[in-house]
Amino acid sequence: MAMLSFEHKYRVRGGTLIGGDLFDFWVGPFWVGFFGVTTMFFTVLGTLLILWGAALGPTWNVWRINIAPPDLSYGLTFAPLQQGGLWQLITICALGAFCSWALRQVEIARKLGMGMHIPFAFSVAIFAYFSLEVIRPVLMGAWGYGFPYGIMSHLDWVSNTGYQYLHFHYNPAHMLAVTFFFTTTLALGLHASLILSAANPRAGETVKTVEHENAFFRDLIGYSIGTLGIHRLGLFLALSAGFWSAVCIIISGPFWTRGWPEWWSWWLNLPIWT
Amino acid sequence: MNLGIGVSVALALAATASVGIIAVTTERPPIEGVQRGYRGTGMEQVYNPRTLAALNVANKVPISLPSLGTAGPRAGAVYKNVQVLGDISVGQFTRLMVSITNWVSPTQGCAYCHNTANMADDSLYTKVVSRRMLQMTQHLNIDWRSHVAETGVTCYTCHRGQPVPANIWFNGNGSDPTSGVTQAALGKNHPSTPAGIASLPTDPYTPFLEQANEIRVVSQTALPTGDRQSIKQTDWTYALMIHMSNSLGVNCSYCHNSRSFTDWSQSSPQRVNAWYGIRMVRDLNNTYLNPLRVNYPANRLGAQGDAPKVNCTTCHIGVYKPLFGVSMAKDFPELGGGPRP
Repeated sequence: MAMLSFEHKYRVRGGTLIGGDLFDFWVGPFWVGFFGVTTMFFTVLGTLLILWGAALGPTWNVWRINIAPPDLSYGLTFAPLQQGGLWQLITICALGAFCSWALRQVEIARKLGMGMHIPFAFSVAIFAYFSLEVIRPVLMGAWGYGFPYGIMSHLDWVSNTGYQYLHFHYNPAHMLAVTFFFTTTLALGLHASLILSAANPRAGETVKTVEHENAFFRDLIGYSIGTLGIHRLGLFLALSAGFWSAVCIIISGPFWTRGWPEWWSWWLNLPIWT
Repeated sequence: MNLGIGVSVALALAATASVGIIAVTTERPPIEGVQRGYRGTGMEQVYNPRTLAALNVANKVPISLPSLGTAGPRAGAVYKNVQVLGDISVGQFTRLMVSITNWVSPTQGCAYCHNTANMADDSLYTKVVSRRMLQMTQHLNIDWRSHVAETGVTCYTCHRGQPVPANIWFNGNGSDPTSGVTQAALGKNHPSTPAGIASLPTDPYTPFLEQANEIRVVSQTALPTGDRQSIKQTDWTYALMIHMSNSLGVNCSYCHNSRSFTDWSQSSPQRVNAWYGIRMVRDLNNTYLNPLRVNYPANRLGAQGDAPKVNCTTCHIGVYKPLFGVSMAKDFPELGGGPRP
């Protein structure tokens, strides 16, 4: 595959964490690296295990394929493959693949002399998954508390697990997470519309620059966070959404077993009004 | 960042307060789970074993007095004015009277209901109410086996050593539904005790456990064609459902698979039991408890002048089966308990 004209500049050796120069080569446009190999290993193995699990199940309907975690009675032990063992192996493969990918991002960032923002951001997503499938089940004492692998089945799990706490919208961390998710989309909407309007002036005018962008928001809300700042803000909002999502499910069960509305009794009982 | 001293102190205080609130308001592992559906569906009951231990102590079942035999003269022939228990033996009758005293008025004694100078006298309202309660208990144990099963109930199921059961309710549920000129009396937007202090209707009992309003609000059609159920009605149902959950110490998934609350084929068998329970409570409130309004003194009535009524908490008191399913009624066949003859 032919390289793009500027690509030579980036095809530099080094930056690896493991393996030295051994895997420091490209296949077509893709850099390989040690963690590229482990990513492929876990991805292929995990996908095959999912296909095996689907083959064992009652349906090939892609919406209804379901690979469920073990019964609670297995606790934190290994279960037979057909009774949740496959789910356990797939979870290991998924975490292996996700972490390999994050470390591959670290290596590429080192290779190119960039900051670690990308692997850090991806790690927050991995943390959310790790919370659901490992941290919370371990704190509650059984792998069976993890969510199943299936398009519909994992949604059913989300619904029932929410209703275990009667009204999940009263979960304080869930409140924060939802607020951050909405704020992320608001910030992205504001930013995207700003860029599009600056880049698409009326006929006959030139594309507007950052001065126009700043002026627009200073006129509108009295403040412009700036071209770099908006991306820092966006990253903070998005990662906060993921982080508080993870917190909201970790506390549901291990640190609160009743209805979430009831948790707020401390607020009603504050000495200010009682 | 270069924050001012004031901002730094405020941030530190806010952080300390947050950590403090979280530390004192939450529970901790280990927890106890009960799986109630296929693995991975999330149909699980989640319990704090420390809370369960306290619940176990609170639900210690009193030992039934030994039977005094069914032989001998009938109570109705020996005592005057025995309207409900006339055809049981004097031994059974005496044992039941002593048991009722232990269950309902252990400190007040016989005199809580009886004029001790003339035990047959009906002048105390408590005696008239007790008689009706005996009939209600028999009705429960004989006609409502769809809900109480073979386990049955006794006076102790609700009374727990108190003349007035701890968990009763009145119309309006003691709430002041309005505050200020801007709020309408919708019975919502305030912490609702029945709904576990969620902002839901404060009295879901009157429409559903006294009146027979429709509880099911899920649309039966994919498109909004003819479905008249509103979000407000859903809130009423939600409040009732949280009441049921908290009464039984269970969560929604005890009866429902939340992927379809309305579908019986996806619900647990306990939902059938609960369905009968709702009808049973309505029957008790309308047939037995409301008509007693004329017998009660004013201090026993609610703010709206109505008689005290029962809901799910009255018997269950936070447990999925009252007294964790221990049957006291089987020792008292004269209350209609035990296996069907």
